[in-house]
Amino acid sequence: MSADPAWTRAGTALALLAVDPAGLGGVALRARPSPVRDRLTEALCALPLPVRRLHPNVADEQLFGGVDLAATLAAGAVVRTTGLLGTPSAFVLPMAERASGGLAARLAQALDDRRGHCLICLDEGAEDDEGLPAALSDRLAFAIDLTGVAMGSAPPLAPDPAAAADARARLTATCVPHEALADLARLAHRLGIASLRAPLLALRAARANAALHDRTVGPDDLMAAVELVFAPRATVLPDASEDAPPPEPPDSDTPDENEGRGEGETLRLPEEILLEAVKAALPPDLLARMAAGRPAKGAHGAGAGAVQKGNRRGRPVPSRAGRLDGGKRIDLIGTLRAAAPWQAARHATSPHRDGLQVRPADIRVKRYQEQSDRLLIFVVDASGSAAMARLGEAKGAVELLLAEAYARRDHVALVAFRGTGADLVLPPTRSLVQTKRRLAALPGGGGTPLAAGLRMALDLSETARKRGMTPTAVLLTDGRANIALDGRADRAAAAEDAATLARLLRGRGVPAMVIDMGNRPERALATLAQALDAPYIPLPRADARRLSSAVSAALEA
Amino acid sequence: MTHPFPFSAIVGQDEMKTAMVLTAIDPRIGGVLVFGDRGTGKSTAVRALAALLPPIRAVEGCPVNSERLEDCPPWAVVGSTRIVTKPTPVVDLPLGVTEDRVVGALDIERALTRGEKAFEPGLLARANRGYLYIDEVNLLEDHIVDLLLDVAQSGENVVEREGLSIRHPARFVLVGSGNPEEGELRPQLLDRFGLSVEVGSPKDIDQRIEVVRRRDAYETDTPKFLRRWKGEDTKLRNRIVAARKTVQVLKTPEAALHDCARLCVALGSDGLRGELTLLRAARALAAYEGAEAVERRHIRRIAPSALRHRLRRDPLDEAGSTVRVGRVVDEVLG
Repeated sequence: MSADPAWTRAGTALALLAVDPAGLGGVALRARPSPVRDRLTEALCALPLPVRRLHPNVADEQLFGGVDLAATLAAGAVVRTTGLLGTPSAFVLPMAERASGGLAARLAQALDDRRGHCLICLDEGAEDDEGLPAALSDRLAFAIDLTGVAMGSAPPLAPDPAAAADARARLTATCVPHEALADLARLAHRLGIASLRAPLLALRAARANAALHDRTVGPDDLMAAVELVFAPRATVLPDASEDAPPPEPPDSDTPDENEGRGEGETLRLPEEILLEAVKAALPPDLLARMAAGRPAKGAHGAGAGAVQKGNRRGRPVPSRAGRLDGGKRIDLIGTLRAAAPWQAARHATSPHRDGLQVRPADIRVKRYQEQSDRLLIFVVDASGSAAMARLGEAKGAVELLLAEAYARRDHVALVAFRGTGADLVLPPTRSLVQTKRRLAALPGGGGTPLAAGLRMALDLSETARKRGMTPTAVLLTDGRANIALDGRADRAAAAEDAATLARLLRGRGVPAMVIDMGNRPERALATLAQALDAPYIPLPRADARRLSSAVSAALEA
Repeated sequence: MTHPFPFSAIVGQDEMKTAMVLTAIDPRIGGVLVFGDRGTGKSTAVRALAALLPPIRAVEGCPVNSERLEDCPPWAVVGSTRIVTKPTPVVDLPLGVTEDRVVGALDIERALTRGEKAFEPGLLARANRGYLYIDEVNLLEDHIVDLLLDVAQSGENVVEREGLSIRHPARFVLVGSGNPEEGELRPQLLDRFGLSVEVGSPKDIDQRIEVVRRRDAYETDTPKFLRRWKGEDTKLRNRIVAARKTVQVLKTPEAALHDCARLCVALGSDGLRGELTLLRAARALAAYEGAEAVERRHIRRIAPSALRHRLRRDPLDEAGSTVRVGRVVDEVLG
């Protein structure tokens, strides 16, 4: 059985990495734990660097070094440790998709400092939108996707450290024709790769490949490089009809590195051939992704889950025994209290030391408990049409939801839109009494400025986010928007504005739900819900209780 | 640590380079925010700037880089009285840094091993009289941002914790960089940055090729590349030093003040920091270009950098803030 193309590429990437580990940065390997992945990681021993594993929650102290508290306390003098980043190594980072922005920034900085590190990120993301933090994927030359590679089509790799070492010695002497450089930059541009690191990394890959074969950089090296470096980064498939850039006059002082390829052939490798190489290696779902209008994988650096920011620094909870590292704060009193009863005994065992004798086991670290609160933003249509129909029921439903929100300690805000604009009837609060009072006094009547209501919800959710709350918008309306954002009574413009704002809300990642409280389900509202990426709950003839249970169900889902 | 990429060898990105040079001429402009795509040379420029800046004179061993002996904070144990020259400090503030490391904290080692109550200075102390660089500033945790806001405003770091009561000067130029797609910056912090620039990948293919060529030359043979650019860097450094002198005596005509104020009113920027920064930046630019007085062209050139981050955000205005500033500049300055 022949080898899978992805596996072949992985093999090439690894061979190149063995030649120039620091220059190429490393590999982003997308694969769940599997024998195939193990087979690849075993081959990492060919790298000329010690292989070390990091974990996504590695502490600063382990990375950068610091005071070794245990040794310090034992010796009575300061003992320092060197961090992992102190010696050039090949770091293997499993579960890289869960690495936080902070860790990514530190590792990126370590790679930028050119201290000879190399990073192998094992991206175990299951979903498409999980991926490496972009700060890392941009700096790693290769990205290999081993999903779906069967063990049978992944023959064992036979890394050759000796050959790699020879190639490394030749690396700086390997010359690159000027045209190759221009070709790479131009091709990256045509493939929609904005980052300038890509052509640089491709250049280094080409050079490593040439050094491996002991030749000057030629067409084959460039092909291998673009296949490995550009294909995973491409965001645009160049149009075949697009004119190729005008051929440049051949440079007279270029060294001849034709290597016996056709006599009549020009030195410059046509970009089209390179382009074909990239196309062959493009991820199969690229077109689908582009059609969906979504950026390439990992562009948002998600996968680590939304960061929960507490809106309080956290309630202090009792301190407990723990190791002190850069990320924790010591509870001094607790530590002293833990050490105190032992002083007599410790003085007896080591009488030559004066003062307080603190052992590592005494260290107590402070703990905080952080909570992130949910904010339910009710956007209620109080226009004439809605008031006629169901404003009373909507109020009742909101009241029931409020009671539930109160039980869950959620915050609630109320936006009402009627006439020509929206009012913030109730700023985010937990006060049930106040909410009920304001809600009961909510008047109805006038036009339906749906867009204005959504706009206020957007502003409110942004503010709430900054205060560390997680906003959810609940829109109750009969959906007949007829007032545009600027206050004009123009049905078409109103619908347009509402759709724009819905897209904005979705873009900001505010979860929402749309409750149709009209007498008949309104088609425009279903479309709006789609634009919001929100569940659409049509509730003709529903009472307050059914409305409330529908919302609760949608919230729990 | 290898020698950073030379500042003058950075291709294009003129707005970013100018902004950084201006803060080197007049630190009171108050920092630069660089927002842009990945791989556009943001970090490279900051690190290059550090190498470019003229050295400062400071007391040997002083944790806050004091210029004179009597400025050394009382808590610091400065063994030496010698004044030495050292490079302008550029301190990196990594994401996820703890509060203790930023402001300083009780020196745990000394407390535990020798039973002494001593202060271990943090990053803010080290950044005094220099630069504080925050990569991915928009991802910084809120409580660290709050700390920075306070210190950047007052120029002094006050530590009241764990039985310590200590203050020390912390005047630094804040340089932040980030990718706006990954999160926005709170308006309070935005306002603290004097200038903000937006960088993008160069669209011009020849420029892109040149970037790749220079970077490759730098990485292949660093010493040779540094020698090649040393002259340019020195020239730029001399220009900065000269401009620092001229900016003190530069004339500011009434018309320039008027222009600044009218621009800020037309743009509806909050507070008066906009005017002040615009004026300072224009003065620094005039000094850098060797002019004798601030002219309208200086204001016009620096207005986008000084004002674009001070506009009220309008989620519906599709045009970026750069375009909005440009529109207003054309209207007001004609």
